[in-house]
Amino acid sequence: MTGLRYVYAVCRPYGTPLQAQLTGVGGDPPRLLPHHGLVAVVSHVPEADFSEEPLRAHLEDLDWLTTVARAHQGVIDALTTVTTPLPLRLGTVFRDDSGVRTMMEEREESFLRTLDRLEGRVEWGVKVYVESERTPETSAAPAPKPASGRDYLRQRRMQTKSQDDLWQRAETFATRLHETLSGVAEDSRLHAPQNPTLSGASGRNVLNAAYLVPRVKSEEFVEKVDRTKDDVPGIRVELTGPWAAYSFAGEAATGKEGP
Amino acid sequence: MTVVERREIALVDLLDRLLAGGVVIKGDITLRIADVDLVRIDLNALISSVNARVPSPFEESR
Repeated sequence: MTGLRYVYAVCRPYGTPLQAQLTGVGGDPPRLLPHHGLVAVVSHVPEADFSEEPLRAHLEDLDWLTTVARAHQGVIDALTTVTTPLPLRLGTVFRDDSGVRTMMEEREESFLRTLDRLEGRVEWGVKVYVESERTPETSAAPAPKPASGRDYLRQRRMQTKSQDDLWQRAETFATRLHETLSGVAEDSRLHAPQNPTLSGASGRNVLNAAYLVPRVKSEEFVEKVDRTKDDVPGIRVELTGPWAAYSFAGEAATGKEGP
Repeated sequence: MTVVERREIALVDLLDRLLAGGVVIKGDITLRIADVDLVRIDLNALISSVNARVPSPFEESR
């Protein structure tokens, strides 16, 4: 069959089949491509969309990227229910099966090492937001209209001060939370704070972290996050997961901050 | 634990992981894309494309 090979993940061979209706990128069901002690999970994708030039162009099309990202995630998610997958970066494409096999052969040792490190672990995402500008106090009681320029400046100064205080508190809060969670997690990564235009989330994102947590410790981890959530007014904590260990798939040394 | 129950995954969270995480492999096709472009595309190009989608009276919607 013609077409290129889109690779989602590499895993150790596993027994349970993926659900039959699962479709991957481009609507093609994910297939297993075994090689030695590893299995690559691949879809056949059309050259017209996935060879270098079209792929490059597509990646800047948010709708296209969204569809591919969701399909990729769908396959990884399904794999997560039957094994511990090692996810590959979105858009990893080979010409044919033998290209995929060559790659697996070349990186076999490192894949096996990483799979051992990730076995039985999941990733949790934790984000901290500062509700900017409007703290509950100021929104509840709007400042009176300034009577003079001096009043105005005083009000501005107080607003700025309360905002500065909030930032300060948020920074302390985020640092402490990160330390606490790192204590439960085996590893952590700091992602760049998210842009509010993209996330649509209110407030400013000051911590965007990922934690690698053994499944058996997930409950403890989630409880820890949950307990901190309403600690400080004006600060919001969001938890996502469990994810496949996307942020820990690289061979980077422990504690190295990505991306 | 209401936070955990929310299963709808935000695109940004997904892109943080799919564009910045995962193993970077030198594929036949994606050698340059995976190593360079995806990282550099970062979210800047996407942000402009989101902005471009804010309804404008001068453009027909897609």
